[in-house]
Amino acid sequence: MKLYCLSGHPTLPCNVLKFKSTTIMLDCGLDMTSTLNFLPLPLVQSPRLSNLPGWSLKDGNAFLDKELKECSGHVFVDSVPEFCLPETELIDLSTVDVILISNYHCMMALPYITEHTGFTGTVYATEPTVQIGRLLMEELVNFIERVPKAQSASLWKNKDIQRLLPSPLKDAVEVSTWRRCYTMQEVNSALSKIQLVGYSQKIELFGAVQVTPLSSGYALGSSNWIIQSHYEKVSYVSGSSLLTTHPQPMDQASLKNSDVLVLTGLTQIPTANPDGMVGEFCSNLALTVRNGGNVLVPCYPSGVIYDLLECLYQYIDSAGLSNIPFYFISPVANSSLEFSQIFAEWLCHNKQTKVYLPEPPFPHAELIQTNKLRHYPSIHGDFSNDFRQPCVVFTGHPSLRFGDVVHFMELWGKSSLNTVIFTEPDFSYLEALAPYQPLAMKCIYCPIDTRLNFIQVSKLLKEVQPLHVVCPEQYTQPPPAQSHRMDLMIDCQPPAMSYRRAEVLALPFKRLFEKIEIMPELADSLVPMEIKPGISLATVSAVLHTKDNKHVLQPPPRPAPPTSGKKRKRASEDIPDCKVLKPLLSGSIPVEQFVQTLEKTAHHPPFSCLLEQHGFSDVKVEDTAKGHIVLLQEAETLIQIEEDSTHIICDNDEMLRVRLRDLVLKFLQKF
Amino acid sequence: MPEIRVTPLGAGQDVGRSCILVSIGGKNVMLDCGMHMGFNDDRRFPDFSYITRNGRLTDFLDCVIISHFHLDHCGALPYFSEMVGYDGPIYMTHPTQAICPILLEDYRKIAVDKKGEANFFTSQMIKDCMKKVVAVHLHQTVQVDDELEIKAYYAGHVLGAAMFQIKVGSESVVYTGDYNMTPDRHLGAAWIDKCRPNLLITESTYATTIRDSKRCRERDFLKKVHETVERGGKVLIPVFALGRAQELCILLETFWERVNLKAPIYFSTGLTEKANHYYKLFITWTNQKIRKTFVQRNMFEFKHIKAFDRAFADNPGPMVVFATPGMLHAGQSLQIFRKWAGNEKNMVIMPGYCVQGTVGHKILSGQRKLEMEGRQVLEVKMQVEYMSFSAHADAKGIMQLVGQAEPESVLLVHGEAKKMEFLKQKIEQEFRVNCYMPANGETVTLPTSPSIPVGISLGLLKREMAQGLLPSAKKPRLLHGTLIMKDSSFQLVSSEQALKELGLAEHQLRFTCRVHLHDSRKEQETAARVYSHLKSILKDHCVQHLPDGSVTVESILIQAAAHSEDPGTKVLLVSWTYQDEELGSYLTSLLKKGLPQAPS
Repeated sequence: MKLYCLSGHPTLPCNVLKFKSTTIMLDCGLDMTSTLNFLPLPLVQSPRLSNLPGWSLKDGNAFLDKELKECSGHVFVDSVPEFCLPETELIDLSTVDVILISNYHCMMALPYITEHTGFTGTVYATEPTVQIGRLLMEELVNFIERVPKAQSASLWKNKDIQRLLPSPLKDAVEVSTWRRCYTMQEVNSALSKIQLVGYSQKIELFGAVQVTPLSSGYALGSSNWIIQSHYEKVSYVSGSSLLTTHPQPMDQASLKNSDVLVLTGLTQIPTANPDGMVGEFCSNLALTVRNGGNVLVPCYPSGVIYDLLECLYQYIDSAGLSNIPFYFISPVANSSLEFSQIFAEWLCHNKQTKVYLPEPPFPHAELIQTNKLRHYPSIHGDFSNDFRQPCVVFTGHPSLRFGDVVHFMELWGKSSLNTVIFTEPDFSYLEALAPYQPLAMKCIYCPIDTRLNFIQVSKLLKEVQPLHVVCPEQYTQPPPAQSHRMDLMIDCQPPAMSYRRAEVLALPFKRLFEKIEIMPELADSLVPMEIKPGISLATVSAVLHTKDNKHVLQPPPRPAPPTSGKKRKRASEDIPDCKVLKPLLSGSIPVEQFVQTLEKTAHHPPFSCLLEQHGFSDVKVEDTAKGHIVLLQEAETLIQIEEDSTHIICDNDEMLRVRLRDLVLKFLQKF
Repeated sequence: MPEIRVTPLGAGQDVGRSCILVSIGGKNVMLDCGMHMGFNDDRRFPDFSYITRNGRLTDFLDCVIISHFHLDHCGALPYFSEMVGYDGPIYMTHPTQAICPILLEDYRKIAVDKKGEANFFTSQMIKDCMKKVVAVHLHQTVQVDDELEIKAYYAGHVLGAAMFQIKVGSESVVYTGDYNMTPDRHLGAAWIDKCRPNLLITESTYATTIRDSKRCRERDFLKKVHETVERGGKVLIPVFALGRAQELCILLETFWERVNLKAPIYFSTGLTEKANHYYKLFITWTNQKIRKTFVQRNMFEFKHIKAFDRAFADNPGPMVVFATPGMLHAGQSLQIFRKWAGNEKNMVIMPGYCVQGTVGHKILSGQRKLEMEGRQVLEVKMQVEYMSFSAHADAKGIMQLVGQAEPESVLLVHGEAKKMEFLKQKIEQEFRVNCYMPANGETVTLPTSPSIPVGISLGLLKREMAQGLLPSAKKPRLLHGTLIMKDSSFQLVSSEQALKELGLAEHQLRFTCRVHLHDSRKEQETAARVYSHLKSILKDHCVQHLPDGSVTVESILIQAAAHSEDPGTKVLLVSWTYQDEELGSYLTSLLKKGLPQAPS
């Protein structure tokens, strides 16, 4: 059993598990932090961005000034933004049988894998994951395609040139594999390969392996996966949460008794408490608006935004913000808000109960009805008519490199009245802001990451007791910025096995058993024998049938009636097949009883034999160091009996030998 | 011999009061808990005393499964759980869990408030009963206990309707509840995988009907409604609040919009809006088209259909009214029917099946003079039309489902005996499986022969598999091993491993036979002759001449020794273990025949 690690990003994993005869890809995360190296894509022509100076080498060589621009000491690539794909060379991806998706953030690389690697398998994901994943992809494609950029920079990627660039460009990894965004056509084709599954649904893969999604509590439809055969169990834990937000709670019990637990997608901000962050978010928002400023919240169109809207729903009246307009701008804003209301079965208990009333599970329905929250596909069109300030705007993309957020950064960046509040934890806010510097606007960092922190992980591991833990290397040491915080790493026994991008791990597995079915006819013919109290044995001789990785034992065929009349063709057919196995023997021979039986055999012949059988009248027993020797003088036969062996030495008298053999076997157990 | 036992307490050769007991692998499951709309006495509920005379139902039943929210499938639930007493789990889908208590409350109100029945279940009992419900997702495998698992499949029919697979070990039963094999305007078609259950329990409402295309029926329906409205008549469509009602609403709504009709359409009960809301919130359970377009346009937001007020019934002019309940056995639909029945311009369209004893059934069977309460006689002059919009599978659909699931046998419920008989024959002919149709209280017993799962040691299995995947038909290769049975665990291992695991020593049984040969040559030469002789005969075996002069064939040792008395005779000592007996015995008899003369 092997694990191929294709992504270096701990929260955007992409691993391939080879288990029994199956090849299973676990998640398909797309590392978008690469886009931070690019200039933002403005929706409206931005003189500031287009007038940034080109970058030149220290020696004044300016051959890169078309591709690289400088802003406040940082260098950016002026090109269509590109993403860092999972490793595609480590394993032949056309051999992947299935892809299991854990949540909608971890499927963003799907089109690259399913459309360009010869992949012919099936993708499994829950319905909310697929629907919201589609929205995220649609938004991404829309953001990038609506700002066509003629230029695609590639010169800087040349290894010799990259060396000369300043950080972080110099240290960017795998730049040659960075790719532009996929198209909607590719998205649709990729999504058409998905098969919908429900929590606790058992899905058989080729009869060899069973996979089951479990609620992970992190997002709508988010799941952990159990990959198991009858005797081995791997748990794949990715993006789980124990906090009570909108999704169904995490199913921990089903993770118990795993041989291996692969742990990814922990919180990216282990030191921040999400509840506290939400509080800070609300108070900063209120403060800014009260002072007449605008609030910009760069966000994804689904997920934490539902919780933020719910908090604001409870907060705005008490904070006196009822007249402040809240805008949610995304090409998929409407869909996201609508979809959130129809997944009752995937929500936490409280929200489910609301649906039974029947009421919409999320209060943003009411915010929309009362016109407090308005949603628009983009800043163009209706929005420009309705736009009132001060206001609060939720919009994407959190990287600040594309989407409507770029416009608001340009629009509001110059005034210190305004505030941008970062809630998404995926991008470093300082890096995200770099191309907008210098900035007068206030920046508040309230990352809300509800995924497991290290305290919760150690509790979870104690609870579910996996034999081995496998995790990204980042989790086995404290974060680089807080190297003294030994509590910010996974602590378990035996120590977790760690992986890094492009590594192959051999998982510590010893498969010992496989399931096989005994046909009822065969089972009926077995003769169990109690060996020890509570333990019985039966010897089995059967025909093995294997089909679709399922093994069945059938009763041996009845011996064909002897083909009398036909002459045997060759003498060699008489030679017995030494592959016919005889059972092993165990036990010991009680000498006295054995001798008694020898003497009286004649009176109770076991079968009606053709030859008359006499008891032996001249049996003598001698003691030896290790046992006894039984002598049959007339027959010139000697039987050595020891604790663990019996040796019959006789003349070549087959009849006698068989008779003695059967006597001995009576006292022994067969295996 | 293990067996599966099935006893219908209701819906055996009958429609209504669905309630079927299944015993499988030592587990007892009750499928549905319905009421009968044709009765108002004790017969309306299943006879639960059949399950156990004295004991508690909870001790006897492992779980109860409700297939969908129609009252003939869940109407007796509060009576069963709260009045008879059952505290175990009750499984149903989320939409069923949401809607079922509302219909039960409605039913209770009609029975208690309108008909004044005493000793009926109360609102509180409905609430307490619903607390025992565990909601299931489609395709989720629910582990009721360590051995019993259930799984829901989409059934169409109404919002949240499900078929259930009940499984213990390798034995399984599928219960369809009510289902529909063709998608309609708001729901999708039932689907099940090839799960090969031991028994498929299927409804058979339309066992003998093969319905024409849905489109024709829809056109007919619209034509009739249109004509009646055009001539100023009123159309009454008795429906149940949820289900067919939504489908017909969608149909009329789109028609009204297309033809630009002005006559009002009303929906009678307060449930309407609520009902439509359920459809909006559980849109994932509707058909693909509605699910795909719901963001742009939610099909359950009707523009032309308005809430009905009792006073509207007397308004002049044409109108269309959807009123509950669907079989005209009580409530608002019956009230409106009485008002409109006398006018031949009006029309009542029955869009679904009517149980015997209901007004709906009477007028459909041609009765035009109805005896009402208080000895009043109501003469029916309005037109009576029947349109099969019931979302049940027809004969073709039932056969299709049997083909999909590939059961070992089929059992029919929820249908009329005569029709069942016909379908039973058809199923037995076409699929060559047994088909049963027990009456209520009658038990069907199916012997099963489940295979026994055991763990085989990978070493043993691999050794066996390595010897060739397909055992040849002529000479099947046998796998030998020892089955260790310890508590409830069964392990099949090689004999060596079995001994090791049990801490037992092997007992070696060895034979040594003396074979006398006439040979005056030296022992070494005798041995050499034996070697060449055996080598020439046993071509497939490993025959070796060892440096110490002995000869081995596989693991059988042959030594030549001088005879103590006769120098012209040599004694061959042939020694083998019990495991090599065949070969050892063969060698001695071979050697006894003597050696061929050596070319000297």
